Amino acid sequence: MNLGYYPGCSLHGSSDDYQQSLKACFDALGVSLKELDDWICCGATAAHTLNRKLSIALPARNLALASQQGCEELVAPCSMCSMQLKKAQKAMAKDAALAEEMGRIVEAQPNDTHVLNLLQAFDRVGLETIKAAVKEPLKDLKVACYYGCLLTRPPEVVGFDDCEQPVSMDKVVEALGATAVAWNYKTECCGAGMTLASEETVLDLSHKILADAAAHGAQCIAVACPMCNVNLDMKQSVIEARYGVKYGMTIYYLCDLVGLALGLTPKTLGINRHFVARKA
Amino acid sequence: MVQTDSISDLEFLAQTKFADCYQCGKCTAGCPRSAHMDKTPNQLIRLVQLGDIDTALKTNAIWQCVSCETCTTRCPKTVDCEGIIDALRQMSYERGMASKQQDAVVLFQKAFLDNVRRNGRMNEIQMIARYKIEGFAAIRRLGFLFNGAMLAPRMHMRNKLHIIGEKVRDRGVVRRIFARCMDGKA
Repeated sequence: MNLGYYPGCSLHGSSDDYQQSLKACFDALGVSLKELDDWICCGATAAHTLNRKLSIALPARNLALASQQGCEELVAPCSMCSMQLKKAQKAMAKDAALAEEMGRIVEAQPNDTHVLNLLQAFDRVGLETIKAAVKEPLKDLKVACYYGCLLTRPPEVVGFDDCEQPVSMDKVVEALGATAVAWNYKTECCGAGMTLASEETVLDLSHKILADAAAHGAQCIAVACPMCNVNLDMKQSVIEARYGVKYGMTIYYLCDLVGLALGLTPKTLGINRHFVARKA
Repeated sequence: MVQTDSISDLEFLAQTKFADCYQCGKCTAGCPRSAHMDKTPNQLIRLVQLGDIDTALKTNAIWQCVSCETCTTRCPKTVDCEGIIDALRQMSYERGMASKQQDAVVLFQKAFLDNVRRNGRMNEIQMIARYKIEGFAAIRRLGFLFNGAMLAPRMHMRNKLHIIGEKVRDRGVVRRIFARCMDGKA
């Protein structure tokens, strides 16, 4: 299977362990990822909080590039990127004048490339394919599947899974032989891109997520977004110091867990580059 | 004070009808940041319904929002509450009305966009350096400058700091897109 790939700035920056894991995992599943040539930043939170036009134009430029490069399906593993791409598509589909204006602004015409977040990408590969490829089942591993905000919300933009009680990640984790625990903070926000701008916000929200996962017997948390990983993994020691607690909770990208079950080594997947050392 | 021009400008930016909101408060109930806001999400919508947009533009609430979309998702009247907050932030930024207290958030978003404007992609180190320097100049607290710095060596150990950032080849088109969207250029 061939899929287009929009890494976004995080996966080419401090979260390139996510890219390492994703590529190794998809390669083992027989999926080849073709990176969009000369892609630009989606604008993320900065664009949609400061300038509406820009928040549509930056994703629109990438959608136009995808169209020019003959890409019909585009995997955007960062949930902020996938949301911005999908939102821009929806805004232009609803408003023909806006779509035309965007064509002028970005100097090319965006089309209807199908944008997939990581959960949708695994859905596209198929649970049966994943199950059949498992070599080392993750039995006895209890995972809290953390979806955060933008993988399922708002539902009319994402159109995938249930926005309040999603199960798509749980199904992947169970296909690997692990147990997905029932817990309360599946879709609560971790503070997302406020890591630098408002650290207190991130410490407060991410602390609640770690506490709830631990209280429900999870040995690790699975994420499908680079920001979730930064806030729960990199900031975990800061959270522990701030609230006088100790979690030592391993944070995996979902593709880390799939990769491990396929028999890839933690080093191949870049798990040794995470902040909280792997226990389970 | 009712400012009808601003109501329609804001409704255009938000792409949603303020009058549809019947103040059930579900947005506020689900908001992870409402306890830290000077006006809750449903109160912000009430202000814009009444046309008191100036008061809404000056709140710290709009900069406390983490854009998690819970409010928009749960609204029984499909009012795009997060869209309204985005529209308020955009207008507040454009008019220079963000309160001093919120400098850090606004400066961060600005540093982010300036960096993308220059490179086409975000260069984390360049962006953080700019944000810290400008933020320190505005906020004047040493803690601001060094907060988070302890993580840098640990990031370096994990090969997560990339000193040389990426640039796209066609930076001309990126500059033109920014000029057309933000500076009103044709």
